[in-house]
Amino acid sequence: MTPTASAALRAEDPAVVAAGEAADATVDQARPVIVPTGAAPFKTGSFAAEPKVKPEPGPLVPERVQSLLLAVAFPLLLIVAWHELVVLSGTRLVPTPYQVGLMMVDFAVGGIHDDAFSGTILTHLLASMQRVYGGFALAIILGVPLGLLIGRVKVIRQLVDPTLSLLRPIPVTAWLPLSMIFFGLGPRSAVFLVFLGAFYPIVLNTVFGVRSVDPKLFEAASMLGCDGSRMFRQVVLPAATPSIFNGLRLAHGFAWILIVVGEMTGVPTGLGSVIMDGRNLSRTDLIITGMIVIGIAGIATDRLIVRLNNRVLRWSPQHHG
Amino acid sequence: MDETPRRDFLAVREVAKLFQIGDELVAALSGVNLVIDKGEFVCLIGASGCGKSTLLRIIAGFEQPSSGRVEIYGHPVTGAGSDRGMVFQDFALFPWLTVRENIAFGPRQKGLPTTRVREIADEYLNMVGLAPFADRFPAQLSGGMKQRVAIARVLANEANILLMDEPFGALDALTREQLQDELLQIWARTGVTVIFVTHSVEEATLMADRVVVMTAGPGRIEADIPIMLERPRDVSSPDFNEVRRSLTQRLTSHVRRQLKAA
Ligand SMILES: Nc1ncnc2c1ncn2[C@@H]1O[C@H](COP(=O)(O)OP(=O)(O)O)[C@@H](O)[C@H]1O
Ligand SMILES: [Mg+2]
Repeated sequence: MTPTASAALRAEDPAVVAAGEAADATVDQARPVIVPTGAAPFKTGSFAAEPKVKPEPGPLVPERVQSLLLAVAFPLLLIVAWHELVVLSGTRLVPTPYQVGLMMVDFAVGGIHDDAFSGTILTHLLASMQRVYGGFALAIILGVPLGLLIGRVKVIRQLVDPTLSLLRPIPVTAWLPLSMIFFGLGPRSAVFLVFLGAFYPIVLNTVFGVRSVDPKLFEAASMLGCDGSRMFRQVVLPAATPSIFNGLRLAHGFAWILIVVGEMTGVPTGLGSVIMDGRNLSRTDLIITGMIVIGIAGIATDRLIVRLNNRVLRWSPQHHG
Repeated sequence: MDETPRRDFLAVREVAKLFQIGDELVAALSGVNLVIDKGEFVCLIGASGCGKSTLLRIIAGFEQPSSGRVEIYGHPVTGAGSDRGMVFQDFALFPWLTVRENIAFGPRQKGLPTTRVREIADEYLNMVGLAPFADRFPAQLSGGMKQRVAIARVLANEANILLMDEPFGALDALTREQLQDELLQIWARTGVTVIFVTHSVEEATLMADRVVVMTAGPGRIEADIPIMLERPRDVSSPDFNEVRRSLTQRLTSHVRRQLKAA
C-alpha cells in the first residue's frame, strides 16, 4: 500500500471528513441508527463508472451459423461414408442412407412401403415418450426428496444409504426378469425399468449436492435468523440445484436407454418394439429408423432440460450446459 | 477492587477451545479474556494459526467453547444470533440470490411485509453504494463489491456487532483502501461494534481503537494496545507512522520471545 496514494484518496474525499464528524454524534446512541441517505455519501468506487463493453464487430460468418455448419458437416460426412461403404462392399445386410431415408418418410407419413409400420411414427413415439416421462417423473418425485433427506438427515442416511449402495451396482437390466414377473409383459414393466434407471442418478446427485453445500452458507443463514425447514427451502434446496440438474440430465439419458430394453419384451407399441420387430423381420432400415427417432427425441428433451437448467441456474455461470 | 457487577457489553471469559485432530486434542485457545465496549473498533492481530478465527467463531456462536463463555450484557451466548453478524473473508454470499435479495435475507426471515423488506434492502444498498447493481448475482460482482454486500447483509439484519475475519484479505490494495474507508464511515455513522481480524499492522493502526495481539500454542491474548490517534487518520502523517512502528516492534518482540521460548 502506498501511503501517498491512499493519503490523497482520503484527503480529497469530503464525504470521509463529513462522515467522520457526524460520527461523534452517533456513536453513543443506544442502537445503531442508520441515517437514511439521499445522495449516496459514500464512494461507490470505480465500479459505478464501469464502462459498458462494446461488442466487437462480428466476424464474417456469425458464430451461430458457423457452429451449426460444423455440427451438420460431421454427420453428413458419416452418411456419405456409410453410403460408399455399403455400395462398395455390396452388402445386403445394411441399407443405404437413402433406403433408410425412404423408410423414415414412410414411417412418418406412409405412402412408400404401405405396410404395418407406415405412418405409425406418432403411435410409437407417443407410447415411448409416455413411458419415458412417466418413469422419469416418478424417479424425480421420489428421488429428489429422498436425496434431500439422505443428504440432510443423518438417521435417514444411516438407514437407507447402505441398502442403496448394495442395490446400486446391480445393472438395471438385471431387474428385467423380476419386473416382468411383477408387472407382466406390458408397458408397466418398461416404466418400472425407466424409473429404476433414472432413480439412482437423481438420488445420488441430489445427495451429493446437499452434502457439498458450503458450511459457511449455513452459518451465514443461521446468523440471519434462518433455521429448520426454512433452511431446507432457502439454502439446501437452491444450493443443491446445480447437482440435481446434473442428475436429471444423466437420468434422462438412462431413461431412453431403458425404455428400449423395456419395450423389447413383448410390448406391442413403442420405438423399442419397432426395433425388435425390425430384428425379427430382418428389416435393418426399420431398425435404423427406430434408432434415429429415439436419438432425435432424446436430444429434443435433453435440450429442454438444458434450457430449464440455464433458466433456473442463471446465477451460476459455470453450470450453463 | 470495584465490587458492583459490571454489565459489560461484550465479554469473553476464560474461553478455551480444544479441537480433536486425529487422536490428539489440540488447544486452539486457552484462557482468553476480553471485554469490549459498545461501539469500539477492536482489531485482532497475530500469526496465522493462533486462534483468531476460532475466537471470532465462538463469539459468533458458530462454535461452542470447550470451557468458559461469551456474554453479551451478561447473557451467555449459546448460538448464532442476529445481534452478531459475521463478515467472512470469502464473502459467503448466497450465490442464487441477487445483491438485493442477499441483503434482504435477514429482514425476510423476520416475516416483515414485502414492501418493508424492500425498503430496508434499498436503504442498505444505497449505504454501500451498490444500488446500480441490485439485480446482479454475486458471481457477476468484483471482490470488493461482494464484500460490500456481505457488510450490508449483516447491517440490514440489525447486527450491532460486526465480526470480520480478514474481510479485506482477498482484495487488491486499492479496493482494500476504499473498503477500509467505507467501513470506517459506516462504523462511525451507525455506532456498531467491530471486531476485525487482520494480518496487517498498517490496517490495524488505521482502523482500531484497540489492537488485541494474540499468540499461538495455545492461542491466547498477549497484549492489548490502545491506538490513540485522532480520526480520520492519515496514513502518511508522522504520528501514524510512529504508532505503526511501535506496534510493529511490539509484535516482533513478542514473536522473538516466543521463538526463544520454543
Ligand atoms: N474445525 C477445526 N478442527 C480442528 N482444528 C481446528 C479447527 N479450526 C481451527 N483449528 C485449529 O485451531 C488453530 C487455530 O486456528 P484458527 O482459529 O483458524 O487460526 P487463525 O485464524 O488465527 O489463523 C489452528 O491450529 C487450527 O489448525
Ligand atoms: Mg483465520
